[in-house]
Amino acid sequence: MTDIIRLTAAQTAEKIASGELTAVEVTEAHLARIEAVDEKVHAFLHVDREGALAQARAVDAKRAAGEPLGPLAGVPLAMKDIFTTEGVPTTVGSKILEGWLPPYDSTVTKRLKAADVVILGKTNMDEFAMGSSTENSAYGPTGNPWDLTRIPGGSGGGSAAALASYQAPLALGTDTGGSIRQPAAVTGTVGVKPTYGGVSRYGMVAFSSSLDQGGPCARTVLDAALLHEAIGGHDPMDSTSIDAPVPPVVEAARSGDVRGMRIGVVKELGGEGYQAGVVQRFEESVEVLRGLGAEVVEISCPSFVYALAAYYLIAPSECSSNLARFDAMRYGMRVGDDGTRSAEDVTALTREAGFGAEVKRRIILGTYALSSGYYDAYYGSAQKVRTLITRDFEKAFESVDVLVSPTTPTTAFPLGERVDDPLAMYLVDLCTIPVNLAGNAAMSLPCGLAPEDGLPVGLQIIAPALKDDRLYRVGAAVEAAFVKKWGHPLLEEAPQL
Amino acid sequence: MPGITREEVAHLGRLARLELSGDELDHFAGQLDDIIGAVARVSEVAGEDVPPTSHPLPLTNVMRPDTVRPSLTPQQALSGAPAQEQQRFKVPQILGED
Repeated sequence: MTDIIRLTAAQTAEKIASGELTAVEVTEAHLARIEAVDEKVHAFLHVDREGALAQARAVDAKRAAGEPLGPLAGVPLAMKDIFTTEGVPTTVGSKILEGWLPPYDSTVTKRLKAADVVILGKTNMDEFAMGSSTENSAYGPTGNPWDLTRIPGGSGGGSAAALASYQAPLALGTDTGGSIRQPAAVTGTVGVKPTYGGVSRYGMVAFSSSLDQGGPCARTVLDAALLHEAIGGHDPMDSTSIDAPVPPVVEAARSGDVRGMRIGVVKELGGEGYQAGVVQRFEESVEVLRGLGAEVVEISCPSFVYALAAYYLIAPSECSSNLARFDAMRYGMRVGDDGTRSAEDVTALTREAGFGAEVKRRIILGTYALSSGYYDAYYGSAQKVRTLITRDFEKAFESVDVLVSPTTPTTAFPLGERVDDPLAMYLVDLCTIPVNLAGNAAMSLPCGLAPEDGLPVGLQIIAPALKDDRLYRVGAAVEAAFVKKWGHPLLEEAPQL
Repeated sequence: MPGITREEVAHLGRLARLELSGDELDHFAGQLDDIIGAVARVSEVAGEDVPPTSHPLPLTNVMRPDTVRPSLTPQQALSGAPAQEQQRFKVPQILGED
């Protein structure tokens, strides 16, 4: 019998379309897997068993009626708990929204339902997507399927862990500073941050609106492309959504031809402070690309060294403003309303009780950076750095088609190691942040295991805005070369749970 | 740049509507001081001649036709309210007694 949970999304959809499998069988296999392993992994905050089975039955009925099925019809997906789902809990990993049932679906949710994708449930995340380890979730951390005592990355650690432990072949993430790419890197999966505005933010709980970008997570480059195509494209409900067609990502993922492409290695994203095994696997990836016929050059992006500092001013500033909506008046938790307290006091008591430490730190930091007297020195300067970083990318893309770097400076570190050391935690996003500041597109995909700890290493590919297809072209080429070299996909080396 | 004090964190907490505890004030003051010390380096390269970027897309005032279309019903909009009365959000007092 086929091991249903180990199929790719593309294979699953084909088998459902041909009648070899039913969508209900596929969904039941994944629900059974969740039941068997998620007590250990804790990837899911909520499993929507009945909803998923109802969606699956609808797909099977469609097929029986001879209606055409889309390219992902019947394929299960794990959704980061930041996208609203009508009538299904959406917590954003926070106590302040515990028990909230959204009255509407996010655009991404709607599009997935229209594409007949089966939504299994909602995955764990750092509270309000603030974090790099999923330890800031109010509902407890997620374990990395490669080693359950280590971080699965964050903020989308639940989605990445669900993929790596075969609880779902597809997942959704959001990437404000690396929250799709870094979890992908440390779990040996694929994650893409599309061009800013490429996937609608409507119904995606806001953290830092000029940086937040939803995107696909999967175990293969082609699966990520299929999901990207299903969720991408203009949405009139999001005024910052780009009014342009989705780049030809699926076609690019099926081609995987990099002959003659020019690839730049970012000089500033590597070297001192990077784990030896990460550097080794990255350099091997560069050699693989050379071997496939790409031309590789070194590119300097001198302003990137200021990216982390700019990000930790801009993101907290925007978050301090965005999270003002959690005022205990219209939805979510309300604390201390005993009839004697003012609305202002009730708001302050509720936010104190409902938000975790990292969210409070960032709100205070943002409030400070935006306050009169400090605005120009902090927020104003950070916005200027953003311009310099964008210029670095523009200059680089005059001479190369894509840039590459390691996705993270190290492999997955032990849970608890950095949880109360914010600066050490922030360093995790060193390589991923420049892309969020400039708004272009990037992917992380597995490029091997670090020899010293046997944990996955991620290769980051960066493309210009609206050229997301280049990520898939290069990613598919690297993936095929590595699978050939290893004799199997990297995830097959992960321990049995 | 001046360091960030415990009193300053308490003030920022009030501005941000966070009723921080004494322990949190102690803990956050040290951490925020370190973080601000690290991020202050942005000023090193933020010259007068560099224009600021607030957003990756050059969009302004995206409009749609002003037409009536379906939206949430009052019942749906109130479905998550901590308290409601007569189809309205019920809130604690917002003005003083007198």
